[in-house]
Amino acid sequence: MAAALNVLAPTWSRLVQRDRVDGSVYTDPAIFRAELEKIWYRGWVYVGHSSEVPKPNDFVMKAIGPQSVLMTRDKDGQIHLLLNRCPHRGNQVCLEDRGNTTSFVCSYHGWNFRNNGELRGTPFPAGYQGVDKSQLGLGKVARVETYKGFVFGSFAAPGSGPTLLEHLGAAAEAIDRLVQFSPEGEVEVTAGFLKHRTKANWKFIVDNETDGYHPTFVHASIFSTAKSGIGALYNNDSTAVSRYLGNGHSENDLRPEFRRLDKPLGWFGTSEDRLPEYVAKMKVAYGEEKARQILVDGTPHTMIFPNLFIAEIQLFVLQPLAADETVQHVTAIQFKGAPDLNRRMRQQTMGSVGPAGLLLADDTEMYERNQRGVQQRDPETLFLGRGLHRERTDENGFTIGDNTDEVPSRGMWSHYRALMEAT
Amino acid sequence: MSSASDAELLADVTRFLYREARYQDEHDYDAWEALWTDDALYWIPANGDDLDPETQMSIVYDNRSRIALRIRQLHTGKRHTQSPRSRLRRIVSNIDVLGRTGPDQNDLNVTANALVYESNLRGETLWASRNDYTLRFVPGSGSGPDGGTELRMAKKKVILANNQAALFTLSFLI
Ligand code: FES
Ligand SMILES: [Fe+2]
Repeated sequence: MAAALNVLAPTWSRLVQRDRVDGSVYTDPAIFRAELEKIWYRGWVYVGHSSEVPKPNDFVMKAIGPQSVLMTRDKDGQIHLLLNRCPHRGNQVCLEDRGNTTSFVCSYHGWNFRNNGELRGTPFPAGYQGVDKSQLGLGKVARVETYKGFVFGSFAAPGSGPTLLEHLGAAAEAIDRLVQFSPEGEVEVTAGFLKHRTKANWKFIVDNETDGYHPTFVHASIFSTAKSGIGALYNNDSTAVSRYLGNGHSENDLRPEFRRLDKPLGWFGTSEDRLPEYVAKMKVAYGEEKARQILVDGTPHTMIFPNLFIAEIQLFVLQPLAADETVQHVTAIQFKGAPDLNRRMRQQTMGSVGPAGLLLADDTEMYERNQRGVQQRDPETLFLGRGLHRERTDENGFTIGDNTDEVPSRGMWSHYRALMEAT
Repeated sequence: MSSASDAELLADVTRFLYREARYQDEHDYDAWEALWTDDALYWIPANGDDLDPETQMSIVYDNRSRIALRIRQLHTGKRHTQSPRSRLRRIVSNIDVLGRTGPDQNDLNVTANALVYESNLRGETLWASRNDYTLRFVPGSGSGPDGGTELRMAKKKVILANNQAALFTLSFLI
């Protein structure tokens, strides 16, 4: 492994350039293993939401890439991320997707763990005379931090590397904007996840989440039949912009279009009179003027590197399993105190995403065609130069481009290269 | 019910399910859509067999108008995941009429197993399910003395054997 990394290290300047990347970054199993070490098992990765373990002793099975991670809430309310591997002889300890328990008992020899990971007891304890039980707890994701209910984990040693807030940087504002859509200022992840498996590299999916160029072509079939206004946000005349937020994060900022149209809830294809209870609560919570602005602007379309995509009405969580295999976990965002809005969020989500989704099944078809196409020999690179000549800097110093430009991709790849070059 | 009418009923139901399977395998979208009643529900649960579809994500939870949208999208020829179309062959078996419900006992609760083989650009995929139907007798279009009756689908629930797992794209009509 170490040898493979050393061989790779000097080549990143060739593999990832400003306007192109080499196809092997999507297909090479050695690069995938290096990514696990340098991105997924080092940096901050989104794991779950605190509303998935609302009560003491709740747990839910999550993942960081191929690692199966138990997100637990202990009796005192603290959230832990535990690895699902018995420290005795490696057995899987938990086989349930979710539940409520104070302890996990390994089925192999009955070792018993508290939901904070500590080893509580071993059957026939006389056989372990002199053994230090405190060293035999469940493995833990060393760093766990939460931002407005969004729980992130990092395998980096405590005190090393950036804090979660430093990692989120400007992307934290996407979460701030999102939670405002709840009259109580809180998102809930309570609608369950669809799990969509695809034979494609995870970075094709990251690339696609804020690619404003493809919707016109990939989603024409549903824009035309559903008479959707979404298509216009991504056409050549759209005033929406693509923006690189730093640290791999990016967005399609659709607010310029929605402000031009100036229709509260227009972004959601509906209007205030259809959701009177929700609108009334929002006005009470934020005041008439601010509530109107929130409802005109719409929810964010932001990719938080490497695996959380806030897709306006859904959350996508990416789970890479191999160079050519990824699972997209997706759920409808639910806003606390907004049952009438939430119902529509679920209905639209079920229609558009997941294995049978009217939108996502076509994106996913593209991911798989990308994966097969990129294995052909010539040209060996993918060209990411769209809009390079018209990149500009916004009033906050971020690089932006037209909504169809490849600003987000170029930004993501520059960050990726820095992570992969780091020792 | 006499056993003779039981056998007749099962034969009617079986013929209907075979016809539905043929329309699906052949991508005869309009013929399949015409099998539905106006109060249609096409439901493919996720993460279990009986999660409440009003609060939890389902793979498909289509009412009549969303079924129509799904079909219209397939007809555009730009539903990329079905262009080229999946090649399909399915076996429907273990068909049973479990009982009657609804006003005038006009609705039949029917169950069947299905095994679908799919070949597409990605490769080969097998889909196994139990399918629970509500079938309804409606006045027929036939010109017989009593006009006759025909079966329609009011509900189809496709319970995939692997609905707990991460699934590949499922964009054909199952
Ligand atoms: S492997 Fe878990 S108790 Fe032995
Ligand atoms: Fe898309």
